[in-house]
Amino acid sequence: MTNGPLILEAPLAPKQTRLEELWRLFKQNRLAIIGLFIFVLFFITAILGAVLTSGRDPLFDPALIRLQEKLLPPLSRPHVDALPPQEVPTFGRYLFGTDDLGRDVFSRMLQGAWVSLTVGFVAVGISVMVGIFMGGIAGYFGEHHLRWNHILGVTLLLAATVMGAMGNVWTSLGLLMAGGLCLSLFRLVKPYRKLRFTTAWLFKNAVSVDTLIMRMVDIMLCFPSFFLILTVVALLPASMYNIMIVIGLTSWMGTTRFVRAEFLSLREQDFVTAARALGIGNFRIIFRHMMPNAIAPVLVSSTIGIATAILTEAGLSFLGFGVPPPHATWGNILSGGKGFIFDAPWLTFIPGIAILIVVLCFNLFGEGLRDAMNPKLRER
Amino acid sequence: MFSFIGRSIIQKTVTLFFVSVISFLIIHLAPGEPSQVDPMNPKFTPEMVERFRQEFHLNEPLYTQYLLFYQDLFTGKIVSWKDNQPVLAKIWERFLNSLPLFIVGTLLTWTLSFPVGIRSAIFRGGIYDRSATFFAYLLISIPGFFFAYVLIIFVVTVFHVPVIGMETFGMGAASWPHLFMDRVWHLLLPSVLGATGGIAVLSRYVRSQMLEVEGQDYVRTARAKGLAPDQVHYKHALRNALLPFVTMFGLILPGLIGGSVIIESIFSWPGMGRMAYEAILARDYPIILTVNFLSAVLVLIGTFVSDLLYLMVDPRIRL
Amino acid sequence: MEEAYAPPHKDTLLLVEDLRVHFRGHDHVARAVDGVSFDVHTGETVCLVGESGCGKTVTALAILGLVPIPPGVIASGKIRLRDTNLLTLTEEGLQDIRGNQISMVFQEPLTALNPVFTIGDQIMEAIQVHEKVSENERRRRCIGLLTDVGIPSPEARLKDYPHQLSGGQRQRVMVAMALACHPALIIADEPTTALDVTVQAQILNLMKSIQHASAMSVLYITHDLGVVSTVADRVYVMYAGLIVEQGTRDQVFQHPRHPYTRGLLASLPSRSKRGKRLYSIPGSVPNPAFKPKGCPFHPRCSAAIAECAVDFPGMCDYGHGHLSRCPPVYSRERQE
Repeated sequence: MTNGPLILEAPLAPKQTRLEELWRLFKQNRLAIIGLFIFVLFFITAILGAVLTSGRDPLFDPALIRLQEKLLPPLSRPHVDALPPQEVPTFGRYLFGTDDLGRDVFSRMLQGAWVSLTVGFVAVGISVMVGIFMGGIAGYFGEHHLRWNHILGVTLLLAATVMGAMGNVWTSLGLLMAGGLCLSLFRLVKPYRKLRFTTAWLFKNAVSVDTLIMRMVDIMLCFPSFFLILTVVALLPASMYNIMIVIGLTSWMGTTRFVRAEFLSLREQDFVTAARALGIGNFRIIFRHMMPNAIAPVLVSSTIGIATAILTEAGLSFLGFGVPPPHATWGNILSGGKGFIFDAPWLTFIPGIAILIVVLCFNLFGEGLRDAMNPKLRER
Repeated sequence: MFSFIGRSIIQKTVTLFFVSVISFLIIHLAPGEPSQVDPMNPKFTPEMVERFRQEFHLNEPLYTQYLLFYQDLFTGKIVSWKDNQPVLAKIWERFLNSLPLFIVGTLLTWTLSFPVGIRSAIFRGGIYDRSATFFAYLLISIPGFFFAYVLIIFVVTVFHVPVIGMETFGMGAASWPHLFMDRVWHLLLPSVLGATGGIAVLSRYVRSQMLEVEGQDYVRTARAKGLAPDQVHYKHALRNALLPFVTMFGLILPGLIGGSVIIESIFSWPGMGRMAYEAILARDYPIILTVNFLSAVLVLIGTFVSDLLYLMVDPRIRL
Repeated sequence: MEEAYAPPHKDTLLLVEDLRVHFRGHDHVARAVDGVSFDVHTGETVCLVGESGCGKTVTALAILGLVPIPPGVIASGKIRLRDTNLLTLTEEGLQDIRGNQISMVFQEPLTALNPVFTIGDQIMEAIQVHEKVSENERRRRCIGLLTDVGIPSPEARLKDYPHQLSGGQRQRVMVAMALACHPALIIADEPTTALDVTVQAQILNLMKSIQHASAMSVLYITHDLGVVSTVADRVYVMYAGLIVEQGTRDQVFQHPRHPYTRGLLASLPSRSKRGKRLYSIPGSVPNPAFKPKGCPFHPRCSAAIAECAVDFPGMCDYGHGHLSRCPPVYSRERQE
């Protein structure tokens, strides 16, 4: 029994990094792979589309009106003799036909792809950032309390901003001063015992940060979201940026709830306690230690959020509240085509199917990622 | 129990107050004014605009406007800016039009998604599950307005029945079975469309809940007792999987008001959604705000009801 | 040498022969149970011991036909209960066996009891599936069972939900449920691991007294050698899906033959080893999908020789039912 062990380590499972593991699991899901493929294709198309349809003399001109060529079916040839040479479409054919003003649908689809892509990404970017910020604060600093003077001060500052925006400079400045005073009151009043006593209610704890943020989420969830977006978009001047911002600002609640829950549980874990015991600062703990653990599922659900945002934008465009014409979006191509649904069905079907495919691929891709990352589903 | 009810009523009232303030601010701080919607309209002379502003207190400071507005809302005196009709009566009438759509849609959603979701979970990975999954994604991803047109084309060309509006115009003399079938045809498409997204999302959710529960130890215990698979699935697993759906029951309520703007405007259905859409177009603030307020009330009632239901159903929660 | 071991009854109740259960991954096959044979006589207590991941729970599940298929596959083997091969039974046939002739007690009573049914419902359900008796009779028997397992005021407890009971009481309910139809064999999968030490002893004593009252066999699945030393008649030691040593409790505890068993026993804290550094077996349990060639234990074995990495070890008979799967140790000890 004196022979030493021959081999010290038993052969273990082949080592894999987390990313390789993820990719291996993701690969098994055929639908998700198709989703990823179309996602990449769409990305390239949208960027190419933005390049090819803009500039002074674009390769595909989405705004060029050729009234004599209206409502031609896909792949039809232009009447070359009736057109000035610079108006003949690239490739010598209308790949996707023309609309009721004789504009080339293919060019308009290319331009619309870029709109869908940017609206989807920017809107979700805004919502994810707001969501992570609010959720992170609620989850990490949740048990801190706000004092009445904080609330009063912030209210005054907000009022000052509103007044300033309305052009009432003096009131605004006054409110600004009052607000600043309120916020710094605690320090100022500290030395004077007597004063402190009379203003004691101001320094009582009013509400915890967590309660405040979660109540804000509750309030936002009370609004019927599509109706709210519609109202705001209708009231604001029509522009692509307003739509992105409005969609983003009305869809951060889910992310907030998720990040908060995640942070609450991460905060109790030993590695965070260990980091704190080592004297690492709050922000470093949040961004270096906790965020990497919470971020992946947020990004996955944001993939699905992009799909929803694209659908919302298309719906807005369809109702006539989207990106203002003449800029083409898939929603307003479809909306413009609805009057010719029996004569020119391609005006409905091409953008409709394009939206369907893109949204579908985002959904499939997102769900595939989620399945691959969920350790519970791995064995199934 | 009573303290829970009291606390949540207070909390929800506070939430409602903030919702009312925020929606009021959003609408009144946005650039533009209802009196300036149509500057070309000859009726909007400066005198008219001034009278309009006077009549609807638009010259008062914002907080006075706010108080006046909600005073009117609670006393039921609130009128539309567009046609001076009482808003609540108008909403009630449109609500009755939306109600059949809502009921049929909800019934379709809840009766279809449960069997589909449960079956997918039990036979996970099989042909049925995979095709159900794919169709669910398809239905989630298809834009409602596009799907509406596809269905309209299909129904009109195959069955030759009109589907736009609530009923076919000029059928007054027809016999009642005809009238009835006409109504059914008109009701069917919009409610199916309204239900598609719900069916897809809900059946996916049922499936994942079911899968979660099927992996639990007590399901294995039930099998180890010698129960037949049906009893294991439909008694032990389903009962646990159903718990979260009790809370979703309360979340149906808000759908009553939100309606579907897009579907109702495609089908020219004179319901709540379409009214809200028209009000937005006309900047008819009282209607927009009232619809918003009512739907917030419904959301809050819905969450309250679902909390209560959950308390009653889950034996583990006791107050 | 030891006295020959005489089982309480001569007849073999359960016989498992060369059982292999594999799990299919996407590019590998995990051989969780890799040729396990053992038997349980009527009225006997048998322990299946091993570290977590050695395949003992899968073995237990395979007996009741509860291995999830797919991804699991029963690659070969026989499981005989008296004269029926359980592996050839249909699902309906197995349902008659489960809970009726063989029942199971699980590790974690909180998750193993359904949270939305009262304990009365769950116990009565176990009776209802197998026996056609009236509602009142079921209730009466249920109260009797709860009394037997030592739950105070059983009538009142019937309407309780699992979360309203303490951990020990929950496990008593699980035992009552397992006993409901007077099974011939109870499989207890780590029945005491989730419980406090004092409660552990209570549950073990409870099982023992019930076993004495009815000629029932118990198959314990455990990693806890303390439990084994108090309850077992015979012991099977499992490692990496294999039985590496088997024998009576005294044979295995007094004269362990396999280096793995010796390691396990050496790593037990005891009074005689006070002040000394506790032994631990180097390395860790191999992944069931990537088992080493030859003897699966050789990379961790202090007695390993060159052949161990090549030849698959066979069982060596030490007589009186004591077997060990380590030929080098066997031949060395024969020479001495």
